Amino acid sequence: MENQLIELAYALDTFYFLVMGAFVMWMAAGFTMLESGLVRAKNTAEILTKNISLYSISTIMYMVVGYNLMYPTGGSGVMPDLAFFLGSDNATADVIKSGGEIYYSGISDHFFQVVFVATACSIISGAVAERMKLWPFLLFCVFMTSIIYPVQGYWKWGGGFLDEAGFMDFAGSGVVHLCGAAAALAGVMVLGSRRGKYKDGKPQAMPGANLPLATLGTFILWLGWFGFNGGSELIISNVAEANAVAMIFVNTNLAAAGGVMGALILAKLMFGKSDLTMALNGAIGGLVSITAEPLAPTPGLALMIGLIGGVLVVFSIVMLDKMKIDDPVGAISAHGTCGIWGLMAVTLTGGTLGAQIYGTLIIFLWTFIVSYIVWSIINMMFGLRVSAEEEDEGVDLSECGLEAYPEFSKSFDGGPSVYPKK
Amino acid sequence: MKLVIAVIKPFKLDEVREALSAIGVQGITATEVKGFGRQKGHTELYRGAEYVVDFLPKIKLEIAVSDELVDNTIDTILKTASTGKIGDGKIFILELQEAIRVRTGEKGKEAL
Repeated sequence: MENQLIELAYALDTFYFLVMGAFVMWMAAGFTMLESGLVRAKNTAEILTKNISLYSISTIMYMVVGYNLMYPTGGSGVMPDLAFFLGSDNATADVIKSGGEIYYSGISDHFFQVVFVATACSIISGAVAERMKLWPFLLFCVFMTSIIYPVQGYWKWGGGFLDEAGFMDFAGSGVVHLCGAAAALAGVMVLGSRRGKYKDGKPQAMPGANLPLATLGTFILWLGWFGFNGGSELIISNVAEANAVAMIFVNTNLAAAGGVMGALILAKLMFGKSDLTMALNGAIGGLVSITAEPLAPTPGLALMIGLIGGVLVVFSIVMLDKMKIDDPVGAISAHGTCGIWGLMAVTLTGGTLGAQIYGTLIIFLWTFIVSYIVWSIINMMFGLRVSAEEEDEGVDLSECGLEAYPEFSKSFDGGPSVYPKK
Repeated sequence: MKLVIAVIKPFKLDEVREALSAIGVQGITATEVKGFGRQKGHTELYRGAEYVVDFLPKIKLEIAVSDELVDNTIDTILKTASTGKIGDGKIFILELQEAIRVRTGEKGKEAL
């Protein structure tokens, strides 16, 4: 009977990893919809292609080398051991012998982790939208998912020196979101802003083509985040853990809600109008903010953490534009600024400020510096930016050879026929 | 024959179309356009960046009518398309040299 319970708990926790992992995978659709809704129509197909490709590259490279780099069997604390591909899973006999200490499938853990890598990469695609070439971007993703992300991930979640220093990051405000935002920031600085974005020092509005899609994407991310934070508890098969997961879901939900209202109210006060795109960024900012510690806060505190995140997002977006750092979807603000806030907010319920600052700086500096170097090398070898004409025409045509909304374009200029030809 | 070009507010389309059918107009072409007249634009904010809105959505109607029907057409449009507020639109009258029905090749008033 005891053995059956051990096997059942193993199966349940493995199932939990797999289902939560699938929720996080769905966030790839969320990012895709959010980004495609906030760029202009002429650049939509390209960002869709970018998103589905980066997810695929993340899956492949993390399987080949990234996962083992992040969770090595050995390592110095700074340098992880190198290993490739996935090993075999746990044998039933070993699980029984461990008395339940081994409580989940190793392969299910890989699946759960790979979707987090894809999230980090997806943050970058929004910030560099509308003017970066597709394949150089995917080349960067290869480096991001095989080296840059896994190494800093090892330092915290793989048991490396950040973990030993007492740095706390439950589900990845730092390891995933700040990391993605730092790589994005480096990319945007090497790439430059969109043509015509800053005129006489003032930012020019370039409204997104599909706000329903952007909103849908945000809701999908919100849903996926239950997997992101909930799954990061890593176990559900007893009363204490099940309760913990429930609390995480509730706090995550409240933080998103706080983020929406914080951003929406601030936008109304600052701009006089209720800017939907700010509300959407606010939801993401709130979610990022609670991701570093979604279990310990009370629901009320989680709400406040999210609300402050939503407020910070709006200020950050305005400030980045003042600094002429062009981020079409607010990714650096939602994931970077709020990622930092999320890491600091951990001190409200535990941890030490010193360790949090230490971890924040290490993750940011490692990711930003290495990314900047990689972006610069790719730029020198292949060029990151599309030509001026291609940018004006829209990258859909030059990179993908098709339009996202061909039947809605007002010109009948001999493009592909939407009616059957005889 | 005359070509009546009328730029009107989009939500007025149904009302104008029904009234024109009632007085005997048998064909209309409508296009979505943007335009402005003497009304000045105003500025909006998108994520904190200002932009000017001066071109506003309108509907442009092109109606080919016989000379007998022109005055009635103009009066009908004026009555149904106006709201009394700025941006109601404009009507232009062009002399129509020829009209031809594609299906049958009929010309002139028979084609209208």
